[in-house]
Amino acid sequence: MSNDTSTARKSKSRILKAIEAQASSNLLYNGADWNFDTLGRIFDAVRKIGEGELGLDPYRTQIEVITSEQMLDAYSSVGMPLFYKHWSFGKDFARNEALYRKGWQGLAYEIVINSDPCICYIMEENSATMQTLVLAHAAMGHNHFFKNNYVFRQWTDASGIADYLSFAKAYIAKCEERYGIEAVERLVDAAHALQSHGIHRYPGKRSMDLATEERREQERRSHGEALFNDLWRTVPKGKGKKPASKQKVEEDRRKAILKLPEENILYFLEKTAPRLAGWQREILRIIRLIAQYFYPQRQTKMMNEGCATWTHHRIMTRLHETGQISDGSYLEFLHSHTSVVMQPEFDDRRYSGINPYALGFALMQDIERISLKPTDEDRAWFPDIAGNGDAYGTLRDVWANFRDESIISQYLSPHLIRKMGLFHILDDHDEDEMLVAAIHDERGYRDVRRALARQYDVARRDPDIQVVDVDLAGDRRLELRHNVVDGITLEEKDADRVLQHLADLWGYEVRLVEADDDTIYAEHKAEPMRPFA
Amino acid sequence: MNIIDRRRDSGGKSLVNRQRFMRRARALVRRAVRDASAKRSIKDVEKGGDIVVPADGVHEPILRRGGQGGKREYVLPGNKKYSQGDTIARPDEEGGGSGAGADGEGEDEFRFALSDEEFLDLFLEDLELPDLAKRQVMGVEETQPVRAGYRSSGSPATLSVVRTMRNSMLRRTALGRPRPEDVEALQAEIDRLDDEGGHDDKVAALRADLERKQRRMRLVPFIDPIDVRYRRYDQIPKPVARAVMFCLMDVSGSMDEHMKDLAKRFYALLYLFLKRRYKRVDVVFIRHTHEAKEVDEDTFFHSRESGGTVVSTALEEMGRVIHDRYPANQWNIYAAQASDGDNLPMDNANTVALLKTAILPLCQYYAYLEVGHARDDGAGEASSLWRAYELVASPDERMAMRKVSHRRDIYPVFRELFAKEGAKAEA
Repeated sequence: MSNDTSTARKSKSRILKAIEAQASSNLLYNGADWNFDTLGRIFDAVRKIGEGELGLDPYRTQIEVITSEQMLDAYSSVGMPLFYKHWSFGKDFARNEALYRKGWQGLAYEIVINSDPCICYIMEENSATMQTLVLAHAAMGHNHFFKNNYVFRQWTDASGIADYLSFAKAYIAKCEERYGIEAVERLVDAAHALQSHGIHRYPGKRSMDLATEERREQERRSHGEALFNDLWRTVPKGKGKKPASKQKVEEDRRKAILKLPEENILYFLEKTAPRLAGWQREILRIIRLIAQYFYPQRQTKMMNEGCATWTHHRIMTRLHETGQISDGSYLEFLHSHTSVVMQPEFDDRRYSGINPYALGFALMQDIERISLKPTDEDRAWFPDIAGNGDAYGTLRDVWANFRDESIISQYLSPHLIRKMGLFHILDDHDEDEMLVAAIHDERGYRDVRRALARQYDVARRDPDIQVVDVDLAGDRRLELRHNVVDGITLEEKDADRVLQHLADLWGYEVRLVEADDDTIYAEHKAEPMRPFA
Repeated sequence: MNIIDRRRDSGGKSLVNRQRFMRRARALVRRAVRDASAKRSIKDVEKGGDIVVPADGVHEPILRRGGQGGKREYVLPGNKKYSQGDTIARPDEEGGGSGAGADGEGEDEFRFALSDEEFLDLFLEDLELPDLAKRQVMGVEETQPVRAGYRSSGSPATLSVVRTMRNSMLRRTALGRPRPEDVEALQAEIDRLDDEGGHDDKVAALRADLERKQRRMRLVPFIDPIDVRYRRYDQIPKPVARAVMFCLMDVSGSMDEHMKDLAKRFYALLYLFLKRRYKRVDVVFIRHTHEAKEVDEDTFFHSRESGGTVVSTALEEMGRVIHDRYPANQWNIYAAQASDGDNLPMDNANTVALLKTAILPLCQYYAYLEVGHARDDGAGEASSLWRAYELVASPDERMAMRKVSHRRDIYPVFRELFAKEGAKAEA
């Protein structure tokens, strides 16, 4: 009996000691376990460094703890919490599930959604260190990027997306109820096929109000008056332009009315397709707007990851320096971090393109280095930021005002090109061998940088296809043109299938010509087989 | 900051999408399931698992650049030996390309997992046992009790206390039986007044009241026999949830390995199919030459016997086994006979008679499968056994016969035999 109490007292005192030790050591957590209090403490600590030291300005955060099952679900609805139903998401789910169950593919530690408040899904399986890493990465890094980057500001409405998705889901479900699942599914199939060409790449012109218009008119007139010189009257006039033929005038007028050429095919169909019903136009619009919402992510993938990775690296390091995480946790973090930013070389079996985490992280580190400890080379290449001493400010500025393509053409330094051993290869199909166009040397830096930037240019990656003409009064044939760059034509089978969808949507014949200035490469045609009506 | 615990939320958000995908790819998946099952060993046929369907069927086309031709450029990391102006041999088909063929491997096929359940559902889709329900309920004697209301007589074990007390209270209230508390209170009042003395009139009145109440209590009993209720049970016939499957096979010298293989495949399908419908399925293997014997599976398929062919011996053996171990009122009996059609000519009459009088009345279904050589086209002259069975076989007799000479025909034939009424044309 007495023996029992003494052990009980002993273990009690041990627990007390441990608690005291923890309190005095100001560690955020001990071991791998966490609960919601721990999460709260971790988030506060992460935010203190993120907002306080790095000067980040993220949206409010909403952390949602999910299971791996739910993570699989999220995978197959493009990460969004709610999405309309379609078989293609079921297909993704089936594939991911098979890969995951076989152990061929792990799951992401988190998913973060560009919304206000910013939703971070974190997995319950993560250890406390991983949760810290994930919160620093997503709730600070990505979140700041979403809120501040100009592409996102221009194209997405973070506070409205959740409501819009819920509207879209309900609307499509309602249509399924009313018009049948099959009819809706076929329409969504067709719209998905054209989704990559349902994007506005340039913000539209805002129509001006009267006051502005008047002011501009006055400015023009005063400018004209200031430049007036009677001498010009005496200058002999040229022959002037030939009056255009009647046919040409007609064509120009038609194109002007339809605002052709138009590269947003879904938009064009929504507004112009002669045979679609109202609900069909609305569904096209939904799918087009969702594609538009994701457009910034495609343009900034590498930078976004770079920003988040650099941020988590800095925050974790600071947490360790201030004694808030233990050495063990820090090593666990480093292990995970280094495998994320690993870049296999081109002749490595694991190589599958440039790792956006690796390149992004390296770029951010390099910018920090240039601004703090520049070499002479850096001073010559980046006079605007070299040695300005404000690394955080410089990075915040970069994160706000660039996208993948522009940050590379602006800030990929010779130092980094050398470090990564980047080289540029030209593969001309007419030649027998590939040519090394540039390597990491004095002559090659600019070339490599330009080529890499082009590789990240979304507008260059997507084939440039435009609706160029349609004669609504005549046979209503829709004419499209693929402006071929570098002689690379469309994947033929796919193109024909998409065109079939397009013909069904349009309701009449559709023709796609692949050409550049000199050559016509191919021509695809499709007649509607089962037009939507 | 908000922390929300979503772990308790119902999962299966993707279930609808997955079902839609399955529906869309149904034809492909069905074909894949059947291809896969052909490659598997018989024991594994019923397992789910990875299914590969051609990606073409579930492909989502988009407008994208092709992988061939044109001028392409790549920027790659990790240069070690190249200098500007070097030429490199083009790697085989997209080997080094980073931009091209980003979708990479797995373009031609789409692989995903099916559960056991889904696999079998697809595998045995549209199949039905002939007259299953009717026969299940009819020739059975086993019943099970099912609650069916109340009755006024029964054994004490089935007394329903709640219902009885409810009736009792109803009656007591209706007939105005005084409550025991009231009677006691009255008695106490009388005692009190007695002790005080001097209230004789009042005490007399109270005594009369007490007398009346006590009489009433005696007249209206607390529980009357008419209150009593018993739970009522109906005896519902219990469907026989077990089946026995007889595999009869001719193992005389004329049956070669190919024929046995065909028979085995057919048995395997039948077994699977029965297993889906019954809780328990027994299999009895009876092989015969000029004499029949019950054997185990291995012997059945692999050992060779020599001798003549007398089919009726197998039927006799089957009759004996049924009589000994599988009484027809407790078991659903299925039989599948495989033979190359040989029989001792003088035995045919005997066989037919035995089948008609002794075996078929006991069976749910009797399938006769005549297996031929791989090179047979099935157009040859009908065998003696076939001609004899033709006299018996008719839909009413629950007997069917088919010829099979190639492995690929097994499944169609099986489907044909068990196709649902409506689905026959399709099969």
